[in-house]
Amino acid sequence: MSASAVARQESTPVLQLSGIGKEFGAIRALSGIDLTINPGDVVGLMGDNGAGKSTLVKIIAGNFHPTHGTIRFAGQEHRFDKPLDARAVGIEVVYQDLALSNNVSAAANVFLGRELVRRVGPFSFLDHKAMNARALELFNELKSETRPRDLVKQMSGGQRQAVAIARTRLANAKLILMDEPTAAISVRQVAEVLDLIRRLRDQGVAVILISHRMPDVFSVCDRVVVLRRGEKRADKLVSASSPEEVTALITGAKEFA
Amino acid sequence: MSQNVAGPISFGNVGRTRWYRRGAFASQTAYVALAFVLITLLVSVFAHNFLSHGNLLNTSKNFSYIAIVALGSTLVIITGGIDLSVGSVMALVAVATAISMKALSGTALAAIPYAVMIAAVLIGFAISAFIGFVNGLLIARIKLSPFVTTLGMLSICRGITYVVTQGRGQAPDGPNVDTFYALTDGKVFGLPIPLVYLLVLAVVMGVALRHTRWGRYVFVLGGNERAAQLTGVAVTRVKVSVYMLSAMSAGLAGILIAGWLGSAPANLATGYELKIIAASVIGGADLAGGIGGPLGAIIGSALIEVIRNGLALFGADTYWEQVFVGTIIILAVLVDKLRTREPE
Repeated sequence: MSASAVARQESTPVLQLSGIGKEFGAIRALSGIDLTINPGDVVGLMGDNGAGKSTLVKIIAGNFHPTHGTIRFAGQEHRFDKPLDARAVGIEVVYQDLALSNNVSAAANVFLGRELVRRVGPFSFLDHKAMNARALELFNELKSETRPRDLVKQMSGGQRQAVAIARTRLANAKLILMDEPTAAISVRQVAEVLDLIRRLRDQGVAVILISHRMPDVFSVCDRVVVLRRGEKRADKLVSASSPEEVTALITGAKEFA
Repeated sequence: MSQNVAGPISFGNVGRTRWYRRGAFASQTAYVALAFVLITLLVSVFAHNFLSHGNLLNTSKNFSYIAIVALGSTLVIITGGIDLSVGSVMALVAVATAISMKALSGTALAAIPYAVMIAAVLIGFAISAFIGFVNGLLIARIKLSPFVTTLGMLSICRGITYVVTQGRGQAPDGPNVDTFYALTDGKVFGLPIPLVYLLVLAVVMGVALRHTRWGRYVFVLGGNERAAQLTGVAVTRVKVSVYMLSAMSAGLAGILIAGWLGSAPANLATGYELKIIAASVIGGADLAGGIGGPLGAIIGSALIEVIRNGLALFGADTYWEQVFVGTIIILAVLVDKLRTREPE
C-alpha cells in the first residue's frame, strides 16, 4: 500500500451517519442524527432511558433500517439488512448480556459461527488446536488471564468480557459497539474492561461505548455524544466538558452544548 | 502445545477448578456409570443366571432399542427441547414398513433382488424423517413449545397407526423377509445386531457432537440460543435436523422391533417416550439444555434394563421396575445437584 493510500485510509472516517432518523409508527425514536467516528476514536454515547441510544446502536449494527438518512462505513454507503451484513464490513457488537454460551469453552465462544475446520474427504472437522491457539493469542493481546479451554460458566465477569471482546477481534473489526459493558460487574472488573477498550484504541479500532456510568466515560473516552429525546444534544471532546455538563445535557437542564 | 504460545501470561488470580469438578468427574454420566457397574455386579452376584450367555444376549438386545432412540432424544434434549412423539413414531414406522413390504411384494419390484425390502425400509425412514421435519419446523420456525408440539405428534402418529391397522398387528412379508429378519434380528460377531447398530450410531454421534460445527451448534442452542442467532448460526436448520434425527432414530428402532417380534403391533412402544427420556436424563442429559452425550444415553438405557432384568431374575414383581427407575432419576439429578452446589 502506498504512503498516500495509507494517509487516505487514515483520514477516512470509519463511520459517517448523516441525517439518521427512525420512526416506529407514530413514535419518532431518532431524528437528524449526524455522527462521524474516526479510526481509534473512543466515543461515549450517553443518554437517559428512551433517549434513543439503543435504537441508534441497532441501526448501526444492522438490526433495522433507518427511516431517513444514510450510513457510510469506511467511505462507502451501506444498507444493512441483518447484523451479519454489518459484521461482514467490520462492525462488531459486544452485547450487554455478551451473547456467550456458558456450556462451551472460551475458544468455542470466540469462534462461534466462524469455526476453523479441517477437511477430511467429504467431512469437515473442527480444528480445536488452531482455535485454542488463536484464542490464546487474542487473550494475550487483551492481556486477559483467560484459558481458551475453560468453560465460560467458570469465568469471572471480566474474563467473560474478554471473551466477548476477543470475538470481535477475530475478524479485525474496524468499529466495535459496546452496550453497557460495565453495568453489571465489580469495580475491579470495570477497570479491566476499560483497559481492554484502551487496547482496542491503541490498535486503531474505533469504539462506541454506550454507558450510564459517567466515571467510565470520562476515564476512557475521547469524545462524548449525548442523546435526548431522539436528538443529538452534544458531541464534544471529553477534555472540553465535565460530568456536570453531561448530566445537565442528559436530564435536559441544559438544552445544547 | 498451544500452552507454550502463552508466553509470560500467568493465571495468578484464577485458580483451577477442583479435581472433582473437572474432566470425567464433572459429569453426571460418570456417577451413573459407577452406579451401573455396582448394580450390575450386585445383580450378577445374587442372580446366578444373569451372566448366562442367553440372558446377556437378551438383555443387551432389549436395551439397544431404547438406547438407539435415547441417542436421538438426547440430541433434542441437548438443544433444550424435548421429543415426546418417539414412541408413537416407532409404532407408525414399524407398521408402515411391514405394510409396505407386504404391499410391494405384488409389484414389479419383487423381480429385483432385495428391492422390496429396501423400498419398504426407505418408506419407513422417509415417514419418520417427515414427522421429525414437521416437529422441527413447528418448533424452530413457528416457535411452538417443543413439549406441546411433540405431544400433539404423539397422539397423531398413534392415531394414524390405529386407523391404518384397525388395531391389528402387521407382519413383515414378501420375497426378502428372511433378509429383513437377518438385518434386524441377526447377529454380527456373536453380538445381537441392534447392539451393533447402537454402538456404530453412538460413535458417529459422539464424533459429530465433539468435532463438527453442527455438533457445536447443537450444544450452543442449549446454552444460549440468542448467542447462536447473533453470531450467524443457522439456528432453524440445526434445530430441524435434531428433531429429524430423533424421529429417524425412533423409526430405526421401530423397524428393528418389527423384525424382532416378526410383527408390528399397533400398540408397539406405547409409553416408551417416558422410558426413553428417563434413559437420557439418568445418563446425564440436562432437560434445561446444553449438556448430554451418547455415552450417557447408553448407560441410562442399560441401567434401566439391568434393573428390569434383575427384578425378573430375582422372581420379584417386575412392576417394581417403574418405581426403581423413578427413584434413580431423582437420585441421579439429586447427586448432580449436590455435587455442583455453589458454596453460599
